[in-house]
Amino acid sequence: MRRPTSSRRSLLAGLGAAAAGLSFAPLEGCAPKGRIGRNGEELKLNLYNWDTYTGKTTLADFKAATGIDVRMSLFATNDELFAKLKAGNPGFDVIVPSNEYVTRFKIADLIMPLELAKIPNRANLLPGFRNPPFDPGRRYSMPYTWLVLGIGYRKSKMDGVPDSWKWVMDSDRYKGRIGVFSEADDMIELGAKYLGYSVRNIPYPVIDRVAEMYIRQKPNIKIFHHDEGQDLLLSGDIDIVMEYNGDIAQVMTEDADLDFVVPREGSILNSDCLCIPKGAPRPDNAHQFINFILDAKNGAEIYQTIKYPTPNAAALALMPADYRDNPVIFPPSAVMARCEYADFEGLDRAHLYDETVTRIFAA
Amino acid sequence: MDESWTRAKGVFATLAGPPVVWLVAFFLIPLGIIWAFSFGENASLTQIAINGTFSNYAHAIKPLYLGIILKSFWFAALTTVLCLVVGFPVAVAITFASEKTKAWLLLLIMLPFWTNLLIRTYALMAVLRTEGYINFTLGFLWNGVAHLAALFGYHAPAFTPLELLHNNFAVVFGLVYVQLPFMVLPLYAALDRLDRSLLEASLDLGAGQLTTFARVVVPMAMPGIVSGVLVTLIPSIGAYLTPDLLGGPSSQMIANVIERQFKTANDWPFGAALSFLLMYMTFVAIAVQAMLARGRRSARA
Repeated sequence: MRRPTSSRRSLLAGLGAAAAGLSFAPLEGCAPKGRIGRNGEELKLNLYNWDTYTGKTTLADFKAATGIDVRMSLFATNDELFAKLKAGNPGFDVIVPSNEYVTRFKIADLIMPLELAKIPNRANLLPGFRNPPFDPGRRYSMPYTWLVLGIGYRKSKMDGVPDSWKWVMDSDRYKGRIGVFSEADDMIELGAKYLGYSVRNIPYPVIDRVAEMYIRQKPNIKIFHHDEGQDLLLSGDIDIVMEYNGDIAQVMTEDADLDFVVPREGSILNSDCLCIPKGAPRPDNAHQFINFILDAKNGAEIYQTIKYPTPNAAALALMPADYRDNPVIFPPSAVMARCEYADFEGLDRAHLYDETVTRIFAA
Repeated sequence: MDESWTRAKGVFATLAGPPVVWLVAFFLIPLGIIWAFSFGENASLTQIAINGTFSNYAHAIKPLYLGIILKSFWFAALTTVLCLVVGFPVAVAITFASEKTKAWLLLLIMLPFWTNLLIRTYALMAVLRTEGYINFTLGFLWNGVAHLAALFGYHAPAFTPLELLHNNFAVVFGLVYVQLPFMVLPLYAALDRLDRSLLEASLDLGAGQLTTFARVVVPMAMPGIVSGVLVTLIPSIGAYLTPDLLGGPSSQMIANVIERQFKTANDWPFGAALSFLLMYMTFVAIAVQAMLARGRRSARA
């Protein structure tokens, strides 16, 4: 028997109206409309961002320059961001999804095309970030930061530089001291990369080979971590871990015995991007904000605080040498050439990757 | 108070109204929505088409997922047995303590609830980790003894820290730590009502301490044991935080799989089916237990 089709969104609209009003009320508040700017929009902006992801004075500088008050809310994972917006935009003007989620938002028709004429500062971007495969021509997103997955390690406990994925995925040399990132797609895609395949469109038999490799490796793995690899490394629980360069760079300032390398097989690039969700109440303010972030000086202010790699050439030129020449923040170009963006390749594949790691964890 | 509620319908409705509305609006309806999802499929990234399909359940009873559910039951059962073994003497001790001490002991049992579970779990990590408090203390003692032994010409090997965190031991340890108060409190409630003269009678009539315990105390505490077991076992099966934070490469429990369906895998219908499969199984287990109990009671009568 087939029941009449119903959608999650209409169900929520019908049944959860009261709850929705409750949770979104703080965003818009009950306050009367504030002052109106020259563009006819209220002098306000709702930014939905990651934690510790702006410069110390970024938002105040923006207010001084434009008169626009930025109210920032924080999310911890892309899933949280997506879940919050998929039932309808609760009032955000700018969001900061990672590249795979830019694809998801685009497919789900939840972000709007940017008016590039309003973002002249996009000329500041490094050439490598102007035409990424997940957003050709940068029609929907502007890069905020980028990251690369690699191996963080404790120098005194290694035999040489562990510059291959082999040392975490396929070897017992560091038995019991290995941390592997538990994110399903990263695990499978990096496994395929180690076996010599691209991280996109991985052939099905290769996925099985990757699963078998991890299952063989399990007795040597201490933990499948949730992006806290840098803390586990710092506390001495493990000595070698799959992690992002930005995260390892942060703990390296606390412990000189730690280092980071992008394995010679190549890796996955990630990029957090500025997007404007559909239904944004103040799209023109949003464009002004994005253009402001892409400015050289304003960008430098952010990267000085958060120490993540920048996609902004003009901001990079203003940065101190210990950032510009830091091989952890900017790994050698030879190995970077072998890195690529992963992409969202449909729910069936997401489900397959998840079931594969469920199998690995259960083995 | 002698008055039947039927004669004060207005008062009853006023008192029962808010909790009923609350229960329906914030428990039954959301649960119903998730239940409906379990018969649906993903139509797109944001839409679920509820079309009465059983495919999610068919997928959920694959050996892979049943195996994980079985493992969760096993972890939970082990936790419950350990809680019972540890909790029973504690409850007995509290029962026989003086009135003043009793209040303090009960407070100590409930004290952990004043701190959030997440914070308690992180604290446990600091205790168990390779360079944590237990290993630090053991290493300190080991080195002291080794120094002493060196005076007598014996050279002890260097201290190797115990692997206490990120394995299945840590998960069961953490679960016992979290669930213990839920076992002790119902046990205490049952034991405290126990008529002491029955114990004296049993001892006077020639039963030993053990016989008295096994044939008088345990049967009379049975209601407490049953409710203690239920409130320990059921939350343990669905434990999510503990295996996630304390577990190792093989500590995945079913709640961790369900969590991923609602997050990264973005497969709410399948996650809903897994959740309800677990709930159906729990219902069946409780029903079987109730039937057995009734059978026992009628057999005795």
